[in-house]
Amino acid sequence: MKRFLLAVLFMLLPLPASAAASKWPGVDEAVVEKFAAQLGRTAREPYLNTDQGDLLLFVFALAGGGGGFIMGYYWHKVFIVKQDLCLKDGED
Amino acid sequence: MKPLVLLALMLGFFPLPVAAMHISEGILPGGWAILWFVVAAPFVAWGGWRINQRRAIDPGYISLVGIFGAAVFVFSCFPLPVPVAGSTAHPAGTGLSAILLGGPASVVVAFISLLLQALFLAHGGLTTLGGNTFSMGVVGSFSGLAAFKLARLCQGNLFWSGFAAGVASDLLTYLGTATEMALALHGNTPLLTVLGQIYLAFMPTQVPISILEGVIIGGMLVYVRKHRPDILCKLKIITAEER
Repeated sequence: MKRFLLAVLFMLLPLPASAAASKWPGVDEAVVEKFAAQLGRTAREPYLNTDQGDLLLFVFALAGGGGGFIMGYYWHKVFIVKQDLCLKDGED
Repeated sequence: MKPLVLLALMLGFFPLPVAAMHISEGILPGGWAILWFVVAAPFVAWGGWRINQRRAIDPGYISLVGIFGAAVFVFSCFPLPVPVAGSTAHPAGTGLSAILLGGPASVVVAFISLLLQALFLAHGGLTTLGGNTFSMGVVGSFSGLAAFKLARLCQGNLFWSGFAAGVASDLLTYLGTATEMALALHGNTPLLTVLGQIYLAFMPTQVPISILEGVIIGGMLVYVRKHRPDILCKLKIITAEER
């Protein structure tokens, strides 16, 4: 069953995000902003608008790198270093 | 281990500008924006208090907050293309953080993620921060936690209970978003009609994403049981016999 689910997921997500993100709208554009416009509200520019050329790519790269680093740092601490300590405790 | 490392690498190294579930800046009228701030604020305060309380009891808790807080941030700005819908969306991640950090703490990590995204990533908005915190943080966390506990009560194994949490938290987060929009914007159209239209429009994208989120959460819980069962015992997710 788990293999079947994974197979379904891979069929549903065959394209790399980089190829698709530039062509396809996000659901906020396709749903949230579309319905809001139909109901008389339009989105306004963010107060701190980083959506200017490659600046947004830069901040996303920075955010992804920072988030990935924090996650990896604590992952190592919890699942690698502490696992060894727990195994030693278990042997005692 | 390898699939999880690969996933972490994917999330860390291929971040892309994302346009997804969060309600964009300016969409909620002023009164509704304030109302959702007022509704979400007590949950954020409760979460902050719970994190401090648990940190005093168990200093290792902060490491878990670091992992799953960062995971929520990265998950919720990672666009996944869904070919059947022709659009992209992202998982919420709050089901996972709610199980491993607790519901209130999960609201705090969602709030911080949404604040950073609204400030620097042109994603979501400051005026809609309360609404987005309520849907992704409060509804996503507590619905995921409830689904997980219900599945465990029904003797579901760890993977399938996590799967249920992922699906429920994702789908109900979007129900929260649709409800907030419908309440604020339905005008003369019946509320339920607008709610139904918005929620159904999310579904072609969100059903596959929710399945993916379920698989990730189920897999993550199985991984934690294999490598650090003591964490799950401490959180009373599994018993000592299940280790």
